[in-house]
Amino acid sequence: MSRATATRVALRVDPVACDAYGFCAELLPERITLDEWGYPVVDGRPLDPDLVELATRAAAECPRRALHLERVVGPA
Amino acid sequence: MTTDTLPRTGRLLATAPDGSSDPGLAAHLAAHGPLVVPPRDDRAWSHTVWREVAESGLTGRGGGGFPAAAKWDAVTRSGRRPLVVVNAMEGEPASAKDRTLLTRSPHLVLDGAEVAAALSGARQVVVCVADDQDGVARAVERAIAERDRAGRSRPVSVVRPPARYVAGEESALAAWLERGEALPALRVDKSVALRVGRRPVLVHNAETLAQVALVARHGAAWFRGRGTPEAPGTTLVTVSGGVGRPSVVEVELGTPVVDVVAAAEPLGPVSGILLGGYGGAWLDPAHASVPYAPGPLRDVGATLGVGIVCVLPATSCGIAETARIVRYMAGESAGQCGPCVFGLPAIADDLELLAAGRGDPAVLARLEDRCGAVAGRGACRHPDGVVRLVRSALAVFADDVRDHAAGRPCAGRHAASVLRFPTGAPVGAPVTVTVRGGAA
Repeated sequence: MSRATATRVALRVDPVACDAYGFCAELLPERITLDEWGYPVVDGRPLDPDLVELATRAAAECPRRALHLERVVGPA
Repeated sequence: MTTDTLPRTGRLLATAPDGSSDPGLAAHLAAHGPLVVPPRDDRAWSHTVWREVAESGLTGRGGGGFPAAAKWDAVTRSGRRPLVVVNAMEGEPASAKDRTLLTRSPHLVLDGAEVAAALSGARQVVVCVADDQDGVARAVERAIAERDRAGRSRPVSVVRPPARYVAGEESALAAWLERGEALPALRVDKSVALRVGRRPVLVHNAETLAQVALVARHGAAWFRGRGTPEAPGTTLVTVSGGVGRPSVVEVELGTPVVDVVAAAEPLGPVSGILLGGYGGAWLDPAHASVPYAPGPLRDVGATLGVGIVCVLPATSCGIAETARIVRYMAGESAGQCGPCVFGLPAIADDLELLAAGRGDPAVLARLEDRCGAVAGRGACRHPDGVVRLVRSALAVFADDVRDHAAGRPCAGRHAASVLRFPTGAPVGAPVTVTVRGGAA
């Protein structure tokens, strides 16, 4: 049976918790850059499967626990 | 829009035939008629009133513009008895409509709060009045005492959060009620009710509740008898700036902006009209015939916001005034999110350089980049409002911006500000109240 949708994950930063440590941008430059003040600019589109492991690690390494992987439901 | 004009007495700011106003309960009932709110849960009554408010098309008057009835759904879904919060914070420095309403017609707002409480099963109401508004708090407390003597059933109290710009944002109010810190929260899904402890909170702007009180009395069809099909009803607008009569006016939605401005008697040629608030947008006076309603304003990049209309005289500099607003807004950041904490002062720096004629095309490009870098990156919409305002200034005052960036700043940059800021003495004449209808 083919499925029209699949559960995927996307990155979201909690701007209140974030203190601009910047580890996330080092660990996942494919999706995270830093602005001129050192705060992450996160690409919130669903992650390609090959980036999920790196993203999970980036979220786990955040000293402020400000980076989150969220489930999104969308086209597979 | 209806073709007749509003009667001299507005809907919200009703006055006695002799033009006087009396905020007392007897005068209120004489002007608006009785309103029976069931003291306990009454499903049939709730259903009827909910349907009337939903069909009226009433939207929130506190800036969000969310349908009033839809807010009740989120709270009802949560299954617990909520706390009803009347938001009379009015943190926008250029707004005076809520304090005018609460001083002149406190019972209309309290009626609406009672309706919202009965509908949502709430047993308690709190009215939030900023801690620098003692006169408003006294007016509300007097009205509450009158209602208590008349035997109203739900306890209502006045609380005094800090007079800060973001303190009136509804998640900040909920946080203040819960833990005494008026800080906005990151809300991923706004259809989920805010909470104080385990209790959901239902936050409504004061004017919205006054409108609810009228719909509960007169019904949806009556409400829709003013305004346009897409934007029904009337709304309160605070008109200030370069005008002879700073005013709070009640206008039909859909009234041309130029007519709203005219009610306050502009002092001379106008080079820009600030709409919405300090996180709103400048309107080019060439577009001043646009109907004052959410859809048409959106089409010209502006917003209804909290009903602020601020008139910029041609003798002033729109860049310098925008720089003052952004510097103020930077100081009013809750200080929680980096892009707001660092971005807004940086944007203010660029605007000040530009206003003084010390900016160049590189500063202008940096300003535009910084707007892009800040937008959408706060927990609340505070930085987004600033970005919208700045982008509108760059568009509406484009010729001026080019001259300033070329080192030829206008003389208007030395003119005194026509804007209101909460520091220091209040600016301008006392607010007067007039009523303006739509197309004659």
